[in-house]
Amino acid sequence: MLDFRGRWKAALLPLAAVVALSACGSKTGENESSTGAVADTSGDTVKVGLLNSLSGTMAISEVTVRDSIRLAVDEINAAGGVLGKKIEPISEDGASDWPTFAEKAEKLIREDKVAAVFGCWTSASRKAVKPVFEENKALLFYPVQYEGLEQSPYIFYTGATTNQQIVPGLDYLKAQGKTSVYLVGSDYVFPRTANKIIKAYAQANGMTVLGEDYAPLGSTEFGTIVNKVKASKASAVFNTLNGDSNVAFFKEYKSAGLTAASMPVVSVSIAEEEVKSIGTQYLDGQLTAWNYYQTTPGAANEKFVKAYKAKYGQDKPTSDPMEAAYVSVYLWKAMVEKAQSFDVAAVRSASDGVTFEAPEGLVTIDGATQHIYKTARIGKVGSDGLITEVWNSGQPVKPDPYLKGYPWATGLS
Amino acid sequence: MTVIVSQLFTGVSIGAVLLLIALGLSLTFGQMGVINMAHGEFIMAGAYTVFVLQKVITDAGWSLLVALPVAFAVAGLMGVLLEYLLIRRLYARPLDTLLVTWGVSLILQQLARDIFGAPNVQTRAPDSLTGNIKITDDLVLSNNRLFILTLALLAVLALTLTLRYTSLGRRMRAVVQNRDLAAVSGIPTGRVDRLTFFIGSGLAGVAGVALTLLGPIGPTMGTNVIIDAFLVVVAGGIGHLKGSVIVAFALGTLQSLVEYSTTVSVAKVGVFVAIVAFLQWRPQGLFTLRTRSLA
Amino acid sequence: MKTGMRLSWRAGLGFAVGAAVLFAVAPVALSDFRLSLLAKYLCLAMVAVGIGLAWGRGGLLTLGQGVFFGLGGYAMAMHMKLADAGPGEMPDFMQLYGQLDALPWWWRPFANPAFALPATVLLPMLVAFLLGSLVFRRRVRGAYFAILSQALAAAMAILLIGQQGTTGGTNGLTDFQGFFGYDLDDPVNQRMVYFIVAGVLLLLLALCRQLMQSRYGELLVAVRDSEERVRFLGYDPANVKLVAYVTAAGMAGLAGALFVPAVGIINPALIGIVPSIEFVIGVAVGGRASLLGPVLGAVAVAWARTTLSEEFPAAWTYLQGLLFVLVVAFLPGGLASVARLVRRRRRPPPDPAPVSPAPVLTQEVTA
Repeated sequence: MLDFRGRWKAALLPLAAVVALSACGSKTGENESSTGAVADTSGDTVKVGLLNSLSGTMAISEVTVRDSIRLAVDEINAAGGVLGKKIEPISEDGASDWPTFAEKAEKLIREDKVAAVFGCWTSASRKAVKPVFEENKALLFYPVQYEGLEQSPYIFYTGATTNQQIVPGLDYLKAQGKTSVYLVGSDYVFPRTANKIIKAYAQANGMTVLGEDYAPLGSTEFGTIVNKVKASKASAVFNTLNGDSNVAFFKEYKSAGLTAASMPVVSVSIAEEEVKSIGTQYLDGQLTAWNYYQTTPGAANEKFVKAYKAKYGQDKPTSDPMEAAYVSVYLWKAMVEKAQSFDVAAVRSASDGVTFEAPEGLVTIDGATQHIYKTARIGKVGSDGLITEVWNSGQPVKPDPYLKGYPWATGLS
Repeated sequence: MTVIVSQLFTGVSIGAVLLLIALGLSLTFGQMGVINMAHGEFIMAGAYTVFVLQKVITDAGWSLLVALPVAFAVAGLMGVLLEYLLIRRLYARPLDTLLVTWGVSLILQQLARDIFGAPNVQTRAPDSLTGNIKITDDLVLSNNRLFILTLALLAVLALTLTLRYTSLGRRMRAVVQNRDLAAVSGIPTGRVDRLTFFIGSGLAGVAGVALTLLGPIGPTMGTNVIIDAFLVVVAGGIGHLKGSVIVAFALGTLQSLVEYSTTVSVAKVGVFVAIVAFLQWRPQGLFTLRTRSLA
Repeated sequence: MKTGMRLSWRAGLGFAVGAAVLFAVAPVALSDFRLSLLAKYLCLAMVAVGIGLAWGRGGLLTLGQGVFFGLGGYAMAMHMKLADAGPGEMPDFMQLYGQLDALPWWWRPFANPAFALPATVLLPMLVAFLLGSLVFRRRVRGAYFAILSQALAAAMAILLIGQQGTTGGTNGLTDFQGFFGYDLDDPVNQRMVYFIVAGVLLLLLALCRQLMQSRYGELLVAVRDSEERVRFLGYDPANVKLVAYVTAAGMAGLAGALFVPAVGIINPALIGIVPSIEFVIGVAVGGRASLLGPVLGAVAVAWARTTLSEEFPAAWTYLQGLLFVLVVAFLPGGLASVARLVRRRRRPPPDPAPVSPAPVLTQEVTA
């Protein structure tokens, strides 16, 4: 035993070294002169990062987003690139794991020195990479609808915030005379925040919330929840379930004898791709709230759908997050061209008022919030698996991530 | 009152799903002394069998009926292959078997992703199984759940009869109780092992067919349902079907009743606490096998 | 083989080489980004050291180390969140999602570093002690123990996710500004975190070696190989296992605590079933019963994952599956046993070849 003493001392040495070294780091709150990572735009190409889960549970959704970003990049390159430089996409796999997202974001910014990063899907992955982008003063374009209550100077949000998706969904239910709702969601940030907003809305608009249930992500046993929904006799269901759970929920819903006619379900996470995997047998006539459908009319969308199918296959549908991702690349290009520079600060200050004729219609960047004006659309799932619009907001809705323009929402954030 | 009855029905039907999944698992567990972590992927294979068959047989009802024996055979053969290639070399190291089968499950999931794609696929259920039997306005028993309950009970019956009255059943029980003694008594343990695996894994395939009526059909569908089944088998005890039957229905009912009055997460955690408490009382599960071996 | 002098000389040399690589070579050879990745791998390696002790030496296949990793990580993260928020304030995410008027009571003590720091290690050890004393005393073992520890991981993750207002839900805790007053954005401080991680890992290795070489270490191996025999000798195997389990839990807790400043996030996905079982694969690859095997295995697997999944995400899943199958089934001693097999082949063995596979695992510590 005695001979261990020497080694214990040896082990202490490194620790002493640590203490000595630690003396030179800066303390929190001290003024830093950090300028962040600088994008390398010296060559005749400009690198951008694509950060999506290509493996793991989220790959199903995120691969389609990656594909549509690639489509936009290819189109832009074919048309001459950005400021005369070809875009060179560097794709990284977030592996459906949030620390991996943070790690890959850091790699893209620091090692590859990209000018901007496009990607992330879940709120958790966005929250994980947010400090990385803020610390390095780099740009992220986030293409998915989300729960709002966020406004990072280094993130552009091209998906819907709550007042462009959830609030219009509720307005629609109210206009249809639905006075009571039951809330069903997966157990994570988006459904919980969305439901908080729905409850505040209901209180101010004479609707009643008859119940609220959360299933763990990936949960596929909905017998009890559907029993509760049925027993509540609500006039509609607001569904924020995600992924696999939707399949189990709608199968159970149908076999309990509930239908779109008797108790319609408004879903905010079911797009064309998900309809395909749940089956129209179970979804026929149910409602969704988004900003874009494959069937949205307009020349820009016809071109997008045609190009996407030509590149990835005729049976591949296009969906809202894919469209938002496609749009985000074009918006970045427009901002860079307006700023005449790839510099992050210049791009940001040029952002306000930049527009793009998107497949979903005209979108405009709101410089103050770094979100975009989007048209809200309620759709109905048809027996052919496509979603057709039954209502839209008429004009693009101004993004309001903190719901400041809604008196009933005070105290939510 | 209606609420309690409909929750009890839900509980029993959750129990039936658990039972169907756990039945085959319990069989192979008894034989090799460790849980087959790839059991969930045999379930997946059964579900994909329905998907593939529906490309050939367009009628939803017939395809489902044909899928039952076909899925049994497909998953069963996968089980035999697994036993022959890997598990039979590892009977002396049960814990290692657990890790090896976990590796196999990873490979099978990725294979499914490469063959069928990462997104869930859809199968059609016959109209007779998407409806329900209305008892009162508030109390309906859904046909798919009744179908699964019947299927689970039939599987238990068939397995009990096989184990009790056939010579294969007697041999299987002998190997579970004392492998060495069975071997010296002239039972070809290798062949019995393979047959046990065939039946146990085949039952997973049948469970997969049943699950297409309830949930998603995708590469990770097995992992979603398998942990609860592990708990059923562990709490039920080795080598006794009735242990698994009782625990499956008890857990299903417990889960559905707790979930109704609280939330899903509380119910899940509650089930876990119940199992730990239960194992304090019966460390080897509900029914233990009396043998003279020391370990 | 108890040639004490030679062994300890070799161990001292190994220790010095390890320290030199970690403290002198790595910081010079690697960029800031790669060095912070190494810090992450070393945290995972700490968990592996504990698993090596509990599983390799004690035969306790614990598929729930994520729980202890998470307890340590959350304890540290809670402290850092409170330190960022300032005295009396609530962390940012609670103001967003919590709808709480005041900090929950169980958060409060973590504001004090004198509580939070020891808690990162003691909390996991306490949970392991409670669970272990219940389970081992009732002689729950083998697969039963493995499945129970796995279910514990699942339950813990579900519990954390369900309490979004106070735990951050699936997001976990992230966006930390400082680590005991030092700004985490500063690369110099990131380096400091790396040095702490490396130093702690060396300390844990020394502790583990001490345990393995002691009388207790021999008892632990004896329990693994035949619990009944140890009981007949008059020892209580439950206590022997409990010590290994609790020690492993403490190591995992410490690893989690250091993971937070090194990587900047802790969330329920790091705690559940899949990460918990992935901790085990590194240990199996390196050699479960050796001292250095688990560390090298864990670092190698984590590194392979980062590198391979960049290029071929699907190939990584196959490789991971194959590693489990091939290493565990055909090379139960891990890579650590390869060297021994080669050596044995070169030099004829003094005694006849082992009869059962068990002795392959009962190796002398070589580091």
